[in-house]
Amino acid sequence: MPGVTAVKQCSNVVVEIGGLPIRLQCDDPAFVRLIEERYAGFVNSSSNVAFDFEIELAPPGTESGDEDVQVSWESGRWLMERGDFRAEWNPSTARGRIQQTINPYSLDSVLRIVHTLLLAREGGFLLHASSAIRNGRAFLFSGVSGAGKTTIARLAPPDASLLTDEISYVTRLDSRYVAVGTPFFGELGRVGENLKAPIEVLYLLAKGPENKIEPVEGADAVRGLLENILFFARDPEFVRMVFDSACDFAARVPIRRLTFVPDSSVWELIV
Amino acid sequence: MKNNLYVARSTAIAARALGDETMVMSASNSTLFTLNEVASVIWEAADGVTPLEQIVANKVCTQYDIAPEVALKNAETLVEGLAEHGILLLSNEPLAQPGSSREEMPR
Repeated sequence: MPGVTAVKQCSNVVVEIGGLPIRLQCDDPAFVRLIEERYAGFVNSSSNVAFDFEIELAPPGTESGDEDVQVSWESGRWLMERGDFRAEWNPSTARGRIQQTINPYSLDSVLRIVHTLLLAREGGFLLHASSAIRNGRAFLFSGVSGAGKTTIARLAPPDASLLTDEISYVTRLDSRYVAVGTPFFGELGRVGENLKAPIEVLYLLAKGPENKIEPVEGADAVRGLLENILFFARDPEFVRMVFDSACDFAARVPIRRLTFVPDSSVWELIV
Repeated sequence: MKNNLYVARSTAIAARALGDETMVMSASNSTLFTLNEVASVIWEAADGVTPLEQIVANKVCTQYDIAPEVALKNAETLVEGLAEHGILLLSNEPLAQPGSSREEMPR
């Protein structure tokens, strides 16, 4: 009918991770509620947001089995794609669009990529690591799948605040590095606490017959760190930024190898 | 022996000296390389205009107890390996120094 425009009612939720509020809009209120539950502790009511993403839900069964993430920079936009989502994000307009099925883990992946890209410009990164705050200082426990990230998190004593058991958020503040809680969880199945603290030590995890800590220095430290940094974009400028960040981090934060027996005694060393 | 072999660091890399070693990451495929002390000396001297033979004679043989012909052969093997990964450029002619082509672009 001329002069009449159908307006879709959109619900929205603001998810703030690492001090970066991102508004997610979707015309399916049930999915927005799902996001609110999934990111509990990281949802805020502020209307002052850094970025807006519009989510379009695709019918179930339309995803493909492709598990490889493709991230590329094209015509002023970041394009992100996997079998279960397609997303684009224009940093200059602060707007983006996500097409995905109703699986909240697709959104999780997009948010991880967006934060990875943003952090790189500020000297930070996301790291495959569990992390916790104890006595006002953050400890990171990094390793590949099966190295013990979730195990360490499960064994944490009551006085430790768990930031994540899977993906640690590392930001740079002047000459210091700070770990921030994230809602990105692994096998533990619960979001981290929305807290932050200066990073005291990064431990590279290894399981062994006894608990011990050994220094890791120089190129070995940088290599151990780079192996665990989330790295999506193959853009040369981005690669250089991440490399420089890893080198700077290794120069400022002690990196050690933590070999541990999977029982609570390991936390006697983490003080 | 290859005469007049010139070597230059690729611009599509990120590199950082860490103690006696040098870490080099390919910006095109994120592959990471660690150069030992001697390789780092050659890497640092790879300016595109100094022949490899001269680098070996002036930078390697003066610092390390190694026969010149052995050092040059080892250096050739090293630079050819790095060139295969695209982080070093090889030529029989002098190469433009890294960054010079960018500086010549009109502003």
